[in-house]
Amino acid sequence: MNLLFEAFQFIFDPTSYGGPNGIDTRIIQHLLISFGVLAIAAGIAIPLGYYIGHTGRGRGIVVALSGGIRALPTLGFLILIALNSQVGLFAPVIALVVLAVPSILAGAYTGFDAIDRRTIDAARAVGMTEIQIVGKVEVPLGLPLLMGGLRSATLQVIATVTLADYVGGGGLGSYIFLGQQVGDYPLMLAGSILVVFLALVFEGIFAIIQRLVIPAGVAARPVKNLRPRPITSRTV
Amino acid sequence: MFTAGRGRRVTLGAVVVGVAIALSGCASSDPLSSGGSTDEGGDTLVVGSQSYYSNEIIAEIYAQALEDGGFTVDRQFSIGQREVYLPELEAGGIDVFPEYTGSLLTGLLGPDSEPSGTSDEIYDQLVDALPSGLSVLDYSEASDQDSWTVTQAFADKYDLTDLASLKNVTESITVGGNTELQTRPYGPDALASKYGVTIAGFTPVQDSGGPLTVKALVDNDIQMANIYTADPNIEANDLIALEDPDGLFLPANVVPVVSSKVNDGAAGILNAVNAALTSADLTELNSESVNEQKSADVIAEAWLTDNNLIG
Repeated sequence: MNLLFEAFQFIFDPTSYGGPNGIDTRIIQHLLISFGVLAIAAGIAIPLGYYIGHTGRGRGIVVALSGGIRALPTLGFLILIALNSQVGLFAPVIALVVLAVPSILAGAYTGFDAIDRRTIDAARAVGMTEIQIVGKVEVPLGLPLLMGGLRSATLQVIATVTLADYVGGGGLGSYIFLGQQVGDYPLMLAGSILVVFLALVFEGIFAIIQRLVIPAGVAARPVKNLRPRPITSRTV
Repeated sequence: MFTAGRGRRVTLGAVVVGVAIALSGCASSDPLSSGGSTDEGGDTLVVGSQSYYSNEIIAEIYAQALEDGGFTVDRQFSIGQREVYLPELEAGGIDVFPEYTGSLLTGLLGPDSEPSGTSDEIYDQLVDALPSGLSVLDYSEASDQDSWTVTQAFADKYDLTDLASLKNVTESITVGGNTELQTRPYGPDALASKYGVTIAGFTPVQDSGGPLTVKALVDNDIQMANIYTADPNIEANDLIALEDPDGLFLPANVVPVVSSKVNDGAAGILNAVNAALTSADLTELNSESVNEQKSADVIAEAWLTDNNLIG
């Protein structure tokens, strides 16, 4: 209990803010790395996922590969990259992109996959081009699942950016490493609490976004019954 | 059907028993469980080590030397960092533990203490600081301590040999190492205030002077790093650990911490080992582990045989 109290004391102490080791600086570093990683991962995974989802090509290979990559231990991979490049941000960014891609990729192609084939056939039947089918039918209908993928990737990345400071990348991991090295466990706990806090904030934001992007008409919430009453009930 | 069902039940029973045995095995071999291994036979000495490969080699040397002298040894290696094993050592759960004079003294006095002095002075302070029930035997000439290390090229450029010559450095430099360095009395702040070094920044590399730190130094991403003096990477990569005549770093001579269960016979064996161990030996032992991937027991046995301490 005391440990928790001291951790919060550190978080709410005004002197913990400002300067290169301040909580504010560390949070900004943490978020910048996270967003950078997610942007790169999304840039790779979304087009690839859409391509696979739309054409169905290469699905087996990509699914198996991205599933396998999930099992890669991020810290080990990070050190391996750093040893073959240099210390700094490069290695953690690559390692975290590799961590984030499978979730987003899965979100992108399952979003397309889950669409009723008849809907796409109907779109094709009314004369939509392939581009139009992707842009006007598949992307909007696939958005909720893509957001789900982005959401889990964001959570994983925010939690794992703590490793970036192992090779000098900064972020909230700095408190955790320092606390561990000097035996300052309240500091370690404070770092962890801040990471959990960030993760929860983004969980909340994504929960809202995910609700907003559901296209009208496919929402799971009860909608007004648009169909006429069954004929049987009138005749009897 | 019936037989199959019974067979399954038997299998299940076997698994349960197996798990129970496995778990009880865990319980008794847990180095941190109080009293687990200490209450065994009177002549069993528990030898512990940090989770640092070099420390484990020294612990293995102690263990084999003691076994050769007729003692029964229980090895509890890789217990972790000082914060973890020190309470267990104080509680009497470990009988022999290879330590380093300066770092143990700081560990005992607390992170805010700033002891200083020569190897002898540190040893005397350590003897005073030890809790009752623990004592230290003779310290060895061999030491494994923190250092500020630069590349040969950087040393040549500014004619660097010791820390005082850092005043020749005209550029601002980036230093690297574990984050904790920034809080240590020999950290970048001390370099700036005592030796007039202009520090451009601090790059955290959390592998305690390991391969990533060495790489950052060789790549010139950082110009100066904290690396342990007995690290074989210093020689292998043409690095120079700057001399420290003013005692910025605490002397960290190898010294065994022992409990009262270590009698004169065992103490004699350990003192003989410590007298034979030199800094060059320690670097060589580390090198055999890092560069030749030999296991601690093989390295220890070879060294003890070479120095006629066993056999």
